[in-house]
Amino acid sequence: MYAELKNNIIKLLGEGKRLDGRAPLDYRDIKVEYDATENANGSARVKIGDTEVLAGIKMEVMKPYPDAPDVGSLMVNVELYPMSSPEFESGPPSIDAIELARVTDRCIRESKMLDVKKLCIEPKEKAWMVVIDVCTINEGGNLFDAIPLAALAALKNCRLPAYDGEMIDYHTKTDEKLPLVRNPVSVTVYKYGDNFMLDPTYEEERVYDARLTVGVLEDGNLCSLQKGGDHSVKIDDLFKMIDLAREKADQLRKHLE
Amino acid sequence: MVYEKRFDGRDFDETRPMQAKAGVIKRAVGSGWFKIGKTEAIAAVYGPRDLFPRFLQDPEKGYLRVNYNMMPFSSGSDRVRPGPSRRSKEISAVAERALRPVVDLSEFPNAVVDVFIELPQADAGTRCAGICAASIALADAGIPMRDMVAAIAVGRVEDKLVVDLNYEEDSHEDGVDIPIAMLHNSKEVALLQMDGVISPEMFKEAVEKTKGIIDKVFEVQKQALKERFNVKQDTKQDDAKQE
Repeated sequence: MYAELKNNIIKLLGEGKRLDGRAPLDYRDIKVEYDATENANGSARVKIGDTEVLAGIKMEVMKPYPDAPDVGSLMVNVELYPMSSPEFESGPPSIDAIELARVTDRCIRESKMLDVKKLCIEPKEKAWMVVIDVCTINEGGNLFDAIPLAALAALKNCRLPAYDGEMIDYHTKTDEKLPLVRNPVSVTVYKYGDNFMLDPTYEEERVYDARLTVGVLEDGNLCSLQKGGDHSVKIDDLFKMIDLAREKADQLRKHLE
Repeated sequence: MVYEKRFDGRDFDETRPMQAKAGVIKRAVGSGWFKIGKTEAIAAVYGPRDLFPRFLQDPEKGYLRVNYNMMPFSSGSDRVRPGPSRRSKEISAVAERALRPVVDLSEFPNAVVDVFIELPQADAGTRCAGICAASIALADAGIPMRDMVAAIAVGRVEDKLVVDLNYEEDSHEDGVDIPIAMLHNSKEVALLQMDGVISPEMFKEAVEKTKGIIDKVFEVQKQALKERFNVKQDTKQDDAKQE
């Protein structure tokens, strides 16, 4: 359907160029705005070029799971609103929304950035649950970087609401931050033919062969991976994509300070 | 009981501060943003485009479809579970009816014009803010319109008639909430709901008062569209011209 677009993109990439004039490994302008919405316990608006997403956290109190009685928990949900793209439809979450949520969840969970033991209020009885919702405002491509970035920024922005042991008072904010102990970011590398690209626009995103989302910790270690796209990837290329993600990680992480 | 001073210190017929913008979502055909106090609505228009399910298609004219949704973290209390609720479905339907009187879709048989309203932040008056944003979005999209629709909630708190209730007033035990949408030029009523007990006299007074408020809301919408299309004329000159 987009054969011509794909040929053009690959041809340009061969010359080190792109449709919008960027170099293959350039990001568009990234903006992270904290406290983006008042009724959430933590929030952030992330813009990467035209792409805009809004992440908000609601803290809830839950009964710990029987097999983990002294830890709190995390839930990540992604809403791909039909408001933000002609290609998104109303109805139950699409597989794209589910994958984006799970990839974001995995980066946060497996990096162990959240000290879940500190989220326990009373063992076996009460623990905090961090519920992160990331909603799309405008889909301009590369949600795979924008959504995790927004979720991570919202975590850093979060302050616990007042809790008296019975009820959460959402109108009273405390100064208490979430127990964050690691500093991961999520970087997605795209592959077109033999070329690599970062931060595709929605047009470029239509025709990639493969993508790899890499959760990168501050020490350079990896905490999560997800390969996407219909093409297989040579092992050498896979290693190159991981190296690229690690090189770009700091550039994304500096937006989280 | 006597309601002597409003919880947030406003005059009884004063709205919360309003802000609006047109063209906030690039992928959409048209879009609008409307904020009143802490309540914030975004609306996007897509179409005219193919309408499915097919049985909704009308060979005479296009179909206007509105979907209202609160973002999960938008509420001042618990998280709003994603997906349609009875409440959001009803509001979608009444918002649809509020906008239908002004759009002329006779040029688009069998097609749909979709309006998506999202609430990032809610503090009462969300359906009214949503309709205001949607009206801006439809105009921004260039959908043929006879008039603009503006909306505001009026009501009663204890003994007083109040304009633009905030959450505290809306949830007051002795209060009445009356969301009203009007066509700006004709002042015909396009949406009317009410919950709570009110005397017929006070209701009439409330509706009369709404007319003036609708004009104020419309000014904010108009200004947003002017900025979008770089119309440099200032409001005074424009009003003088109309007279």
